[in-house]
Amino acid sequence: MAASMVTCAAVPTLRSGASRSTNSVVESSAAKFASKSSFLGLNVRAPTVVAAASSSRHSVAGKVSASASELVQAKPKSKADDLLITRDEVLDVYEDMVLGRSFEDMCAQMYYRGKMFGFVHLYNGQEAVSSGVIRLLKKEDFVTSTYRDHVHALSKGVPARLVMAELFGKSTGCCRGQGGSMHMFSKEHGLLGGFAFIGEGIPVATGAAFTTKYKREVLKDDKADAVSVAFFGDGTCNNGQFFECLNMAALWKLPIVFVVENNLWAIGMSHVRATSVPEIWKKGPAFGMPGVHVDGMDVLKVREVAKEAIERARRGEGPTLIECETYRFRGHSLADPDELRNPAEKAHYAARDPISALKKYILENDLATEAELKAIDKKIDDVVEDAVEFADESPLPVRSQLLENVFADPRGFGIGPDGKYRCEDPGFTAGTAQV
Amino acid sequence: MLGAIRRRVGGPQSLLNTVLKCKSGLEPTAAAWTSGGRRNASEPQILSTCFRPDFAPPAASSPPRSGTMTVRDALNSAIDEEMAADSKVFIIGEEVGEYQGAYKVTKGLLQKFGPDRVLDTPITEAGFTGIGVGSAFYGLKPIVEFMTFNFAMQAIDHIINSAAKTHYMSGGKIEVPIVFRGPNGAAAGVAAQHSQCFAAWYGACPGLKVLAPYNAEDARGLLKAAIRDPDPVVFLENELMYGETFTVSDEVLDPSFTLPIGKAKVERQGTDLTMTAFSKMVGTCLKAAEELAKEGISVEVINLRSIRPLDRATINASVRKTSRLLTVEEGWPQHGVGAEICASVVEQSFEYLDAPIERICGADVPMPYAANLERLAVPQLEDIIRAAKRVCYRSTQQRAAA
Repeated sequence: MAASMVTCAAVPTLRSGASRSTNSVVESSAAKFASKSSFLGLNVRAPTVVAAASSSRHSVAGKVSASASELVQAKPKSKADDLLITRDEVLDVYEDMVLGRSFEDMCAQMYYRGKMFGFVHLYNGQEAVSSGVIRLLKKEDFVTSTYRDHVHALSKGVPARLVMAELFGKSTGCCRGQGGSMHMFSKEHGLLGGFAFIGEGIPVATGAAFTTKYKREVLKDDKADAVSVAFFGDGTCNNGQFFECLNMAALWKLPIVFVVENNLWAIGMSHVRATSVPEIWKKGPAFGMPGVHVDGMDVLKVREVAKEAIERARRGEGPTLIECETYRFRGHSLADPDELRNPAEKAHYAARDPISALKKYILENDLATEAELKAIDKKIDDVVEDAVEFADESPLPVRSQLLENVFADPRGFGIGPDGKYRCEDPGFTAGTAQV
Repeated sequence: MLGAIRRRVGGPQSLLNTVLKCKSGLEPTAAAWTSGGRRNASEPQILSTCFRPDFAPPAASSPPRSGTMTVRDALNSAIDEEMAADSKVFIIGEEVGEYQGAYKVTKGLLQKFGPDRVLDTPITEAGFTGIGVGSAFYGLKPIVEFMTFNFAMQAIDHIINSAAKTHYMSGGKIEVPIVFRGPNGAAAGVAAQHSQCFAAWYGACPGLKVLAPYNAEDARGLLKAAIRDPDPVVFLENELMYGETFTVSDEVLDPSFTLPIGKAKVERQGTDLTMTAFSKMVGTCLKAAEELAKEGISVEVINLRSIRPLDRATINASVRKTSRLLTVEEGWPQHGVGAEICASVVEQSFEYLDAPIERICGADVPMPYAANLERLAVPQLEDIIRAAKRVCYRSTQQRAAA
């Protein structure tokens, strides 16, 4: 797909020159959308570290004197404090990407051995998007995904053991074995699913963003600043729900980031065959929000763009649409024969494996040694093996679990544990549901 | 239509009248079915579902069964032949063209008929269903494929409001000759959002015809009838049946073979108990019947084929013969197909029942993912056998469901 860099004519870009970079930033010229942000391409002095609770994730150490893409492509040997990312952060991202890759490879093995069943959709090749975006989020932030959600769950912090047990259909899984591969949920980690129908997760994420806004404005909770991130694919961008949510999110200035994982194929349907305007980022400005196109095989670029979008949302300036051009190395699912994709195209993207690219960057910039990276690889192998063992040894759900969890209030008629009607209980509106 | 049925099957006397009326010449001939055109408007459609008390399986002297066919091939050949016969028929849906069909049902059609008649769509169910319905208003005959009927929920507004209700709302002026088809119901390990059975939901809606084939013969005959039918038809296939092979006679392989819509088939004759089922559960019921025959219970298995219009005549006639009924389905119990059949039998054949009616349904939960829970959530062979024995040996008040 041609990376078209047309910037919206009516809108001033914040970038200086560099027309061949793969980053384009489009911001609305309307005053109310004017951002105090510093997108790539500007000359920025080292800003102060944002005092995010515990992690150093939001720190931008170093001067950015050129666009991130040129930095990464040219891979200059610069001093550590000139780089976009600190050592800790880059190792965290590297570890997350390796975890995603190893986990998915193990899923394929387990599927062919019959331990996993049904529909399994693997994320190989797209790790840069998940790690680039989700590692910037806090635990309270929300993520929704599609059926290709294993790695989003892992990046968000759901333990690999729980995800693997869920895939095996065991009662120790993150959804007690009731959800499965396509329906990963975790209240603790803010993972809101895991949806089988594409497009379904977008309104849900928009609603989660609305919760934040509601908490601030109605419930007067100033500390509510959870950002919501919705992940979905290129096929989803033709679905009505996508457009409806873009409209409402921009209208109500919801703290949400829409991340499109454009891997160019929706099962066997090529993106250009299905879409009248293939540049998805252009659909953001149509609804009044910035639309950004970024190279999704490069985790550092994704990270920079995502950082800005998330901070924008947290400040209350509204949504952003990020289109990550990426690729899935495997078929749509493990049942997909994957006959329609051109082998040359697959080879082209396989050569741009995000993990190898990051590894190269790390080594060339002396952020870590080969031995340290190998140690991380080994550690991840152990984590995944442990996850499989845990899942294997976990028990299947018991018969009685079949009828559990249909309702939060199982009696269904508002009858309290004492057998009387809840609505007659003076404490009813305080929430008396006991399961 | 319901009123017409009540007149026909209201009691022994009127039953006889109806039988005589049917036999006296209003029975449709094979030609009427294959003409594909509109039937005579004065002839009530209901009489085409003529009640015939003796539904014997084909006699030994009928043409020898030749050839086998999978359900997938049956569907493919039906669509192929109808598209070849009528250039107004086209197929629209996700992955129907270059991918050869998400479940390979439309394999080869793109190569044969070209991209103008086999249309790959973006992932916009509401959009392309609406486009299909709109084109049907003006005389085209679309076949809208849903990857599964679960995804049709994004388009259900068009199926019900635009397709089902339009002939009525327009006072009979606008016909909607459209077919909505795709896999329905539980598959294997695909969890809650891919496993719902929609027979009851669509079957409740006046204006829709709802079909559920079981074997290759059903698939071929009913799909051809559906494509030729001038009304909107919801065609509920089953993913697990696609690969099953069945023997088919030469008659089935004939390009003009169709089956009547609104007619159930008695797959197996019996005297002690009537079982009704549709789609995959027919196979399970037939197996259960084999097992029960060893224990001396003779089961009559009815393959509903048509959820709407429901063939109440055949079901009631069978219950009047056996005096016991067991309805089997994979969908949820409340307001299900079995519930409607039970109501119909109680309304029309109450005096003939010797035991309370039993419904075997899927568990009243969203489909769980875990393999052992999924097995518990869908009726299994043992469940049907156990229930059949219960219905046969018990004639007292059924205990309340847990």
